[in-house]
Amino acid sequence: MAKVLMKGNEAIGAAAIKAGCKFFFGYPITPQSELPEYMAREMPKAGATFLQAESEVAAINMVYGAAGAGARVMTSSSSPGISLKQEGISYIAGSELPCLIVNIIRGGPGLGGIQPAQSDYFQATKGGGHGDYKMVVLAPASVQELTDLMMEGFDIADQYRNPVMIIGDGMLGQMMEPVELREPQKRNLPPKDWATTGTGGRGHTNVINSLFIDPAECEKHNLRLKAKFDEMEKNEKKYEIFNCDNPDLIAVAYGTTARIVKTVIDKCKEEGINVGLIRPISLWPFPYEVFEEYADKTKAFLSVEMSLGQMVEDVKLGVNGKKPVHFYGRTGGMVPVPDDIVAEIKKILGGAK
Amino acid sequence: MAEMVFQRTKGLQDRPFHYCPGCTHGIIHRLVAEVLEELDVLDKAIGVAPVGCSVFAYDYFNCDMQEAAHGRAPAVATGIKRVHPDKVVFSYQGDGDLASIGTAEIVHAAMRGEKITTIFVNNAIYGMTGGQMAPTTLVGQKATTSPFGRDKDHAGSPIRMSEMLATLDGPAYIERVTVTTPAHVRKAKKAIKKAFQAQIERKGFTMIEVLSTCPTNWGLTPVEALRWLEENMIPYYPLGVYKTSEEVK
Repeated sequence: MAKVLMKGNEAIGAAAIKAGCKFFFGYPITPQSELPEYMAREMPKAGATFLQAESEVAAINMVYGAAGAGARVMTSSSSPGISLKQEGISYIAGSELPCLIVNIIRGGPGLGGIQPAQSDYFQATKGGGHGDYKMVVLAPASVQELTDLMMEGFDIADQYRNPVMIIGDGMLGQMMEPVELREPQKRNLPPKDWATTGTGGRGHTNVINSLFIDPAECEKHNLRLKAKFDEMEKNEKKYEIFNCDNPDLIAVAYGTTARIVKTVIDKCKEEGINVGLIRPISLWPFPYEVFEEYADKTKAFLSVEMSLGQMVEDVKLGVNGKKPVHFYGRTGGMVPVPDDIVAEIKKILGGAK
Repeated sequence: MAEMVFQRTKGLQDRPFHYCPGCTHGIIHRLVAEVLEELDVLDKAIGVAPVGCSVFAYDYFNCDMQEAAHGRAPAVATGIKRVHPDKVVFSYQGDGDLASIGTAEIVHAAMRGEKITTIFVNNAIYGMTGGQMAPTTLVGQKATTSPFGRDKDHAGSPIRMSEMLATLDGPAYIERVTVTTPAHVRKAKKAIKKAFQAQIERKGFTMIEVLSTCPTNWGLTPVEALRWLEENMIPYYPLGVYKTSEEVK
């Protein structure tokens, strides 16, 4: 397929339809409303269903119902709306249902703003909803990668019967880049023989449920989920290593911020400073091991985020005290400026050189 | 061999109910199950259980089931029905679930005219959590969170869901029934059947509200509870058909 120029928010929709997503339940919220608008327009043409729900809460529960009924289904929202979906996400994980959730993150807390942010990292990777659960969280840095991860995300969800979250921000949602919709590497997906489709001739009833009133049963269920999360952790780590041959400092950034850091790397090069980048693509599972490995090859790490410092905690866990881990962030919808990051790097290396 | 004159409906699983003595959930379960069996749709029925006393409904109905979060059954049922428009989808919900935390979901499912059937069991109290005040608790009625009786100035007057939803265009059939006497039980079953039939004919959203007892949390014997319901609930929640679209008549 030839490359076409697509806006991030619309590319998400195109990739979902291409991936065979048949149902979209959503509620309008800036800065992702172009996605439901695209879906409302394009899904009927593909024999698929778009339905605007009365709230984010209803939307995620429609996703629950449709996923439990065996459909490939997604929803999307932005930070405050994703907060509202957390109850449903916990139920979806607890009931082992596959679905895809897109969060185009905006500044918070509260109503916050509508400009790009990465301040939902904790919410996405450390639970968000109640109970012991995990979900694969993928953070693309280009429109092409966004479509690739969307298509693969549905397969990951189906493979593990677990929700998958794609996170981006308004910048990624609004930017136009050339895109080719590419099939992901083929996975062996189990049949959805657990879905509630009516018993038909099945001979037994299927029940979608996360209630285990006997604590011993509930623990057993949680341990079974844990075994599944361990598999996800083993198989689904994704990251990019960029310019990391013995750099003076390794910056760590994902999504939009990683693109800014690549500009920073060029600027530093002009000044004779060698900066590398580790870009986690899967925020959960987080590629901790990579940090331990590269800790021997550099003097310090700098986590650059559009938050007050969230991923930096995972970077520290990965580096495990071997080298200093610094943080630079902007928040509330303010985007880091390359020159400011360069200045921060010089400040750090001034002490470390 | 003797002729079989009565047996458990195939719509229910062979499992003892957990309901308190005198609670009418058991009757209502059986009516829904009998209707599904009589309409011959058990193999294409998908039910949604609520949070509340009937949270284990998925253990009782002999068809595919999904357990919903508190109040969200109509949204879950919407998701199921949109995936399987040819299947028979129902939600079974109590008054805390439907008339309090899930008000938005039921109103909008009704507004959209979702082709589902909601069985709304109204016993004017939160049963499972131990007898707290519900939005349907009558003025003056004592509950653990209205220990001096529901005060209208403080907590408002109880909500009448059937009347409220009947103002919408989406519902095809809404009726309020009860199960306090054999005659009422027969009428209730007829209403439930009508609702499922209307769903199967894709007429629109359908809901049967069933006034139900809670002897345990009302602090009454089962027989006293039936009498209390008739004397106190029916005057505030009159029985009858609240919405019937032209096609259902």
